Amino acid sequence: MALAGRLVEQPDGGDIPGTSATFRAAMFPRPHETPHGVFPTTRRSVVEAIRDQDPGTRRAALDTLITVYWRPVYAHLRRKWRLQPADSEDLTQEFFTQAVTDDFLLGYDPAQARFRTYVRVCLDRFVANAQRDERRLKRGGGITVLPLDFALIEQELAAADGQAGKDGADAWFDREWIRGLFAAAVSDLRTACRGTPREIRFAVFERYDLAPTREADRPGYRAVAEELGLPVTQVTNHLAWARRELRRLLLERLRSLTATDAEFREEAEELLGEGRA
Amino acid sequence: MTLPDDTVSHLRRVLQAPELPGDRYEIHEAIGHGGMGTVYRAHDRALARDVALKVLRADVAGREAAVRLEREARILAQLEHPGIVPVHDVGVLADGRVYYVMKLVRGERLHDFAQDSGRADVLRVLLRVCETVGFAHSHGVVHRDLKPSNIMVGSFGEVLVLDWGIARVRGSIETSGSTGGEPVATPGEDDTAPGVILGTPGFMAPEQAQGISGQIDGRTDVYALGAILRAITGPASQGGPVPRPLEAIWNRALSPDPAGRYGSAAELAADITRFLDAVPVTAYRESFGERAGRIFRKYQTAIILVLTYLAVRLLFLVLRGL
Repeated sequence: MALAGRLVEQPDGGDIPGTSATFRAAMFPRPHETPHGVFPTTRRSVVEAIRDQDPGTRRAALDTLITVYWRPVYAHLRRKWRLQPADSEDLTQEFFTQAVTDDFLLGYDPAQARFRTYVRVCLDRFVANAQRDERRLKRGGGITVLPLDFALIEQELAAADGQAGKDGADAWFDREWIRGLFAAAVSDLRTACRGTPREIRFAVFERYDLAPTREADRPGYRAVAEELGLPVTQVTNHLAWARRELRRLLLERLRSLTATDAEFREEAEELLGEGRA
Repeated sequence: MTLPDDTVSHLRRVLQAPELPGDRYEIHEAIGHGGMGTVYRAHDRALARDVALKVLRADVAGREAAVRLEREARILAQLEHPGIVPVHDVGVLADGRVYYVMKLVRGERLHDFAQDSGRADVLRVLLRVCETVGFAHSHGVVHRDLKPSNIMVGSFGEVLVLDWGIARVRGSIETSGSTGGEPVATPGEDDTAPGVILGTPGFMAPEQAQGISGQIDGRTDVYALGAILRAITGPASQGGPVPRPLEAIWNRALSPDPAGRYGSAAELAADITRFLDAVPVTAYRESFGERAGRIFRKYQTAIILVLTYLAVRLLFLVLRGL
């Protein structure tokens, strides 16, 4: 089964050129489009959905998986396996392609490890096999091209090189996994607010929590209030709401990427600390 | 779109942080995790100072835990003593969890302090702990969870007893309040049902470990102080042989029978002071040789000077006789 022509969700939830909105909506039902109301109360576990008999369900699950996992996979190939960018791109593409064609993710046993660990182990095995078979892939050689922004992640990895090594090779995988989850949750929040009266809440959140790239650049509540023409109390209220919703969406994403409650709690503890899920 | 590292860090921090009503406090990083609560560094915008904010952990949140944290805040607020962290504020988060705000203390825990300090310094710290605990006892409060990690030695030499969450209140302390609506404890009553065990193994007196709540009094804390004394001045922490009087002090404090222990933290402190002053301690009957050795060590310089003088004098007389 090839991934040609299929849609992969971008973290920011933006449209991917060349894909139809109808197709996109069918593949990735938006939170506000569910019958549960504004936000879905639960998201079916991807780990469960990739075992589904229905190929469409399985493909959708894999796409959700790719949204969060493509960055960790690429970073792991670059940093742990020290592959060149071109090879890392090809192997990232092929890893997810083979996840569909070879169904190797179906072998996951929640009793043995966390799903995140399992994906990393599968990746290591995949790379080892590729190297054993001397399967150096030619650029574009028969691989389905997923719309993944390798140039951007390459820049980020280069910028973060100062921190490389001290956390261990596997840390890159975990770090990008966390980034992927947050990016997906922020995207969910933006989509849920877009075109609704909640848009101003997201604007406050974006201005205060997302826009500053350094802590020193973070504006005060008063500055945000003046900029957006709101009372200060409104700013703190909107911010509190946005953070609360982001936390809920993040945990919902996380739940969809874990197999059991115990695994979810462990991952939530690592992500947000102290088992607050 | 992607999120820079700093943004991810910021989001993780703000999502972990408790959601406080109003904008008086700005939450920063978590600086401590306990069995019941998490302590955050926070900035009080109204008074422009850093404070510590203790919040009930979400995973232990429940009516009983909320009551305990609120009780702790009120106990601390009413026990005004240099060895007890002052509480500034108490309230309820948007999600219903109780929090309180207290002075931010910077320093190290007693077990860390003991690793880098001499036995005498560690004993002087313990004397301050005994004073604080004795003060609490005089107000009808038994701490019930004394251990090295609950004692902070501040950067300026202050010694603070922390974590009063499972303290038992008797007598005059008023612990009922209004933040959560219901009274949290009635003065003169014990909040712990018989058979319920609260505390830390290794530092809990037998009556506490067995859940005999009727037997818990100041001597229960004396037992814990004895366990702390052993932990921070024993061979594991300080190395080398332990002076027998010191060992006798902790053995007496650790008597399984409350009647065999020191009657109060002040009595324990008095014996530790005697040990530091190199005078006989009540917990130990020393032999003649030990007494002589102790006196020698105490007056070592004077004795050596006198003996040297006598030796020189004797030598002079001998030389003159030749």
